[in-house]
Amino acid sequence: MSLFLQIDLPAILTGTLAAICCAMLGNFLLLRRQSLLGDAISHTVLPGIVVGFLIFGTRSAGPMLLGAIAAALVAAVLIELVKRYGKLEPGAAMGVVFSVMFALGVVLMEKAAARSVDLDAECVLYGQLEDVLWLGPQTIGDLLDPGMWPGFPREALTLLIITVIVALAIVLFFKELRITAFDPELATSLGIHSGAVHFVTTALVAIAAVASFEAVGSILVVAMLVCPAATARMFTDRLATQVVLSVVFAMIAGIGGYVLGAFGPMWVGLEHSLSAAGMMTVVAGVLMGLAIVFAPNHGVLAKRWRAVSLSAAIAREDLLAMLYRLEENDAGVALTRGNIRGALGGGAPPRLAIRRVVKRSEISFQPAGAELTDAGRTVAQRLVRTHRLWETYLVSELGLRPDHVHATAEQLEHVTSDEMASELRERTTGATDPHGKPIPD
Amino acid sequence: MIASLAPTSMQWPTLGEILRVLIFSAGFNSAVVVVGALLLGAAAGTIGTFTLLRKRALMSDALAHSTLPGVAIGFLIAAAIGALEYKLPILLGGAAVTGVLGVLTVQAIAATGRLKIDAAIGATLSVYFGVGVVLLSYIQSIDVGGQGGINAFIFGQTAAMLTGDAIALGAAAVLSAILVAMLFKEFRLICFDQEFAMAQGWPVVRIDLAMMTIVVIVTVIGLQAVGLILVVALIIIPPATARLWTDRLWRMACLSAFFGAISGYFGASMSALLTDTPAGAVIVLTAGGIYLVSLFLAPRRGVIAGVVRRIMLRRSIARQHTLRALFEVVESGDPQQHTASISDLLHRRAWRQAQLNRSLRSLRRSGLLELTDKRIKLTDEGFASAQRVTRNHRLWEEYLVTFADIAPSHVDHAADLVEHVLDANLIKQLESQLQREGRLPIPSVHPIGSTEGGAR
Repeated sequence: MSLFLQIDLPAILTGTLAAICCAMLGNFLLLRRQSLLGDAISHTVLPGIVVGFLIFGTRSAGPMLLGAIAAALVAAVLIELVKRYGKLEPGAAMGVVFSVMFALGVVLMEKAAARSVDLDAECVLYGQLEDVLWLGPQTIGDLLDPGMWPGFPREALTLLIITVIVALAIVLFFKELRITAFDPELATSLGIHSGAVHFVTTALVAIAAVASFEAVGSILVVAMLVCPAATARMFTDRLATQVVLSVVFAMIAGIGGYVLGAFGPMWVGLEHSLSAAGMMTVVAGVLMGLAIVFAPNHGVLAKRWRAVSLSAAIAREDLLAMLYRLEENDAGVALTRGNIRGALGGGAPPRLAIRRVVKRSEISFQPAGAELTDAGRTVAQRLVRTHRLWETYLVSELGLRPDHVHATAEQLEHVTSDEMASELRERTTGATDPHGKPIPD
Repeated sequence: MIASLAPTSMQWPTLGEILRVLIFSAGFNSAVVVVGALLLGAAAGTIGTFTLLRKRALMSDALAHSTLPGVAIGFLIAAAIGALEYKLPILLGGAAVTGVLGVLTVQAIAATGRLKIDAAIGATLSVYFGVGVVLLSYIQSIDVGGQGGINAFIFGQTAAMLTGDAIALGAAAVLSAILVAMLFKEFRLICFDQEFAMAQGWPVVRIDLAMMTIVVIVTVIGLQAVGLILVVALIIIPPATARLWTDRLWRMACLSAFFGAISGYFGASMSALLTDTPAGAVIVLTAGGIYLVSLFLAPRRGVIAGVVRRIMLRRSIARQHTLRALFEVVESGDPQQHTASISDLLHRRAWRQAQLNRSLRSLRRSGLLELTDKRIKLTDEGFASAQRVTRNHRLWEEYLVTFADIAPSHVDHAADLVEHVLDANLIKQLESQLQREGRLPIPSVHPIGSTEGGAR
């Protein structure tokens, strides 16, 4: 127990807090299509940290935080300038700025490292989550003992404070953030300074990124700025819901990632734990992948299903109308399931359509082939009636040529309501369509 | 405090050393490395030209980050089959495979429509990199030698390149340059007009695939030299620099290759000279420096050229304002005396004395007016110019009043702004109208736009 409290709990706390505070901000970047700003900022923070360190000579959070925020804001300004004066698209402008600043950071860091200073680029990339310790609590009860609190890890405390600040900022300025995210022009016309909102968001991203770096590394920061918000976006159209969901996904990624990284390897018989920050990223990515495929409304499968289902609804109507016309002509053609599928174009929709008409007993399959039931005939009759009414209308009212109207009527018959059909009846005369076929009642 | 910025243990190279490295005579290995970096820069610059124009610049960032799991898997495979001495091709092969997977992932996410390309790139590069980090932490936990090289893929380690690596790198760079040259026409087509290319029946998807393949080759060979975080810089910055200098594609591709080569050459040389200076970063900083200089100095597209252009335009407008004010003073006075006083002019417009004096001096230098005893006298040429400017202005004013339903109180302000972009054809249509009102300056014998006040 004391091992868990001293090693695992602080690491989980730190990782999850970092994930949450990045995920909250990520929502607004996502909507403004600036997700890569997080990527750019997390790269540019490197020179900021190193310069902050070189100037103040300490590894304490304050100076490095200052340097990093300054660097992030410099980067944001530079990106704008390069975009404007270099006439580059935003992505390329970011690429120019962040890669040069990162390169500068690497060079500065090597210089600092040459003076045997404990700063290295890999730590910035991967973080040192495993080094976040709370040496003190032995039992659950100790967590509530104020005497233990001074030993609470600094990284977790910093992140806790920043997460609270970010959450407060989002709650207090939710209206402003939302309106600038969706419609900056409208925001400006309502008297909201969208430039200032953008600036503050950028600054908050920078602060969150910097506070997270030491513990979880830049790669987790980038992932958490994008993945949880993107995952939440797959589930909802409401911004408030999206923010809340993104926090939930960030927590799942934080806790789940740590558990998989720290304990997962032991379950499969490995001796050493794996990178927890990396694993959190992986979990966030897997959640996002699952959401993209399985999300109820916007997911790939749901969309695919809607398309197939709509095609099947149309195929069902075509099938019923086809059988009605065969009956009408007394053609004596025996339709099997196979040639129905062929006649309707093949693939999944006709198969689904056949299943639906059989289930609703609109068609019964006899040895002599498919036959309409009474229920099916009623539906089919209505469809054929609509079709022929449209053909009549198109010829008599719009003056189209009789051999040109079938395809149009074929499309319109699927979207015509009963009221519309009776209106068509009122506006047309005659008991037959332009091709001489009777219009059913 | 600031003093601590100065490196304490830095060894500055002597001039002779610098020269020796720059002319490739500082030992065979360093020469090979420098040439390798040079070729890499050239190849990246060439293909980068097309990805930049295709607005796919950051796609190569996703690609580069996605190579990390491939490197790790490649290492595990090499360790499993006991081929660690020859691990490089396996690592690079793995890098290429997961890099391509990363690009496909980005495209698949963006194809859903719900999430945009920026989110797709951000998610892909961080998650693939995260997978790589997890695999690396596994590799570190197992007891296998030869792990040192892997981290070099992240930050690059040009100095650790062997002669063979550098030769392979150079060969791949030359190969990709040849491929670009062969597909130049196809690439140009899809960069500038994809719809047209599709309508003409060009295999756009396959051309895109070819472009991405070359990017993969360049990225993978660049991993060792500059590392996977910074290799994207070589694909973005040199073409962005070249774009500032020219509007022609083939020139842009050549310039981009040149800037890339310079960056590679100079960066690798510097890194060979200075201790603790990672080559990849110096190469990128060199490219960034060239970009910064170009941003200011490039003709036409550069910042300085833009500022100069703006100043010239402002001056030309000020001169026209002055001429018009002069004409209006002269018009209301003695028709034989083309003179006015400074105070007359000052009351004509809301302008400062200094401003007015500046344009008066400029007009005098052009021989359009003379200054005598506080009186300003238009020369004949100056009078003709002033006439033209005023005529132009009034025609435009008339146009706005007649055709554009502008409230008359706003006319003068608007006319001041648009007079300088007036289309010469409009003038003729409006002349008769002004003449009827008796406000047309005596019809000019000069063609519109000869010296001052013509259509720009």
